[in-house]
Amino acid sequence: MNTMIDHAAPHLDDAARARLAELVEELSAQPSKISGVFPAVGRTVARGPSDPADPDGLRTPRLEDEARAVLLQAVAAAWRSEPDRFATELAALYRFGDADEKRGVLRALPTLNIGTSGLPIVADALRTNDLRLIAAAMGPYAAEHLDGDSWRQGVLKCLFVGVPLEAVADLHRRTDAELARMVADYAAERGAAGRSVPSDAWLVLNHGDAGAEKEN
Amino acid sequence: MRIYDPHIHMTSRTTDDYARMYSAGVRAVTEPAFWLGQPRTNVGSFCDYFDSLLGWERFRAAQYGIKHHCTIALNPKEANDPRCVEVLELLPRYLAKDGVVAVGEVGFDSMTDDEEKVFARQLELAGEHDLPVLVHTPHRDKAAGTRRTLELVAASGLPPERVLVDHLNETTVAMVADSGCWMGFSVYPDTKMDEHRMVRILADRGLERMIVNSAADWGHSDPLKTVATGRAMLEHGFTAADVDRVLWQNPVDFYGQSGRLLLDDDTTATGPTATFEGNSVLRGQRPSGQED
Repeated sequence: MNTMIDHAAPHLDDAARARLAELVEELSAQPSKISGVFPAVGRTVARGPSDPADPDGLRTPRLEDEARAVLLQAVAAAWRSEPDRFATELAALYRFGDADEKRGVLRALPTLNIGTSGLPIVADALRTNDLRLIAAAMGPYAAEHLDGDSWRQGVLKCLFVGVPLEAVADLHRRTDAELARMVADYAAERGAAGRSVPSDAWLVLNHGDAGAEKEN
Repeated sequence: MRIYDPHIHMTSRTTDDYARMYSAGVRAVTEPAFWLGQPRTNVGSFCDYFDSLLGWERFRAAQYGIKHHCTIALNPKEANDPRCVEVLELLPRYLAKDGVVAVGEVGFDSMTDDEEKVFARQLELAGEHDLPVLVHTPHRDKAAGTRRTLELVAASGLPPERVLVDHLNETTVAMVADSGCWMGFSVYPDTKMDEHRMVRILADRGLERMIVNSAADWGHSDPLKTVATGRAMLEHGFTAADVDRVLWQNPVDFYGQSGRLLLDDDTTATGPTATFEGNSVLRGQRPSGQED
């Protein structure tokens, strides 16, 4: 258990780890209690940025995100033989979560071994205009599982609403000529309106030969 | 004058109201879950409403420098509709959240058996979630409704100091004072109470356990009635400290029993373009389509 906490919640201090370990023990015995434990994590375990330069947790998990990931892993383990039950509760935690709780679910997705069943959650987050949710949705789980069209639209939405592209996992690996074209068009439209282009758009525009293709 | 409006339905108010409230000294509010005028017909409508109280409305208030809390419950009016009662099953998920400072509004509307069952169940939920309770007293047959309210509170075993009985007037204040519960007064432009009657009650009964709110909503109401009451208190001869006690400290003491107030940083010097760095619980959704 402590290994799991060390691995998934490296930024928690000793007191927070101790409180989290108690909750893990409680949930291992009674996993259904997660519905009341999960919302309260900011009060019961810890709250705050893990990187002071990233107060909204756009690029990095916040302390409560780390703690919530540990709790979800504990519940997934306790319900190992009932994966449908876990999937149902995970969907409910997201549906009834406030923005902090939703971000916690999104950040935990890649650690839960749920295959593609978390994609509806990612799709919901990408429909919002909440920077925190969009950033968390474009993490490693989306990089691994999201289809090409949705992933490209997600990257473009990051640029559009102001999520730094550093928040997008595997940006370099998944960027392709089509995304570069979309971002080039976006930059052209901004330029035509006399507006600035986010500086990190170049992370995509510099990809491969996209610029050359546009010339043809 | 520093003001905490302990009962106001900001969902129904405009950003102009937020701006006027801030400039008059309002720095924090509690928005109780209640009826919306148009009846709800399914549980999902409640969930979206609760989500909005916890998300969008908190964000909107923050844009104007006001800390927004809420209370969550099935309100008395809709407790009579079988299509709505199932929301009771979902309340525990909401009662666990940050910024939820009480169970409420609960209580009576028409004093039906269904209302009483839902009221009693929600008093139990308050105990289970270690939350105070905000009780609405009925517009019709108020004295009888208030008396029955106090019987149910006593039977619930909740400590009276964790219960606020609201919308009181000269005819109902005495029995609530005797019960040990907090006494709430909604100061309205025409009905319920006005600020001068309010001041007379404070002069007669003292300031302990006294709560004054505007209860402003989608009807004829005024979000600055708290301020008007503060001014009327000063004109009557109460001190600035007395005003602060009634309009700030008392609501903070009552809702503070939840351990979930969001007043952990200063309550000054913010505005529409402010950011809320370093304080996650105050950060709701961003405005949509924000580009520059």
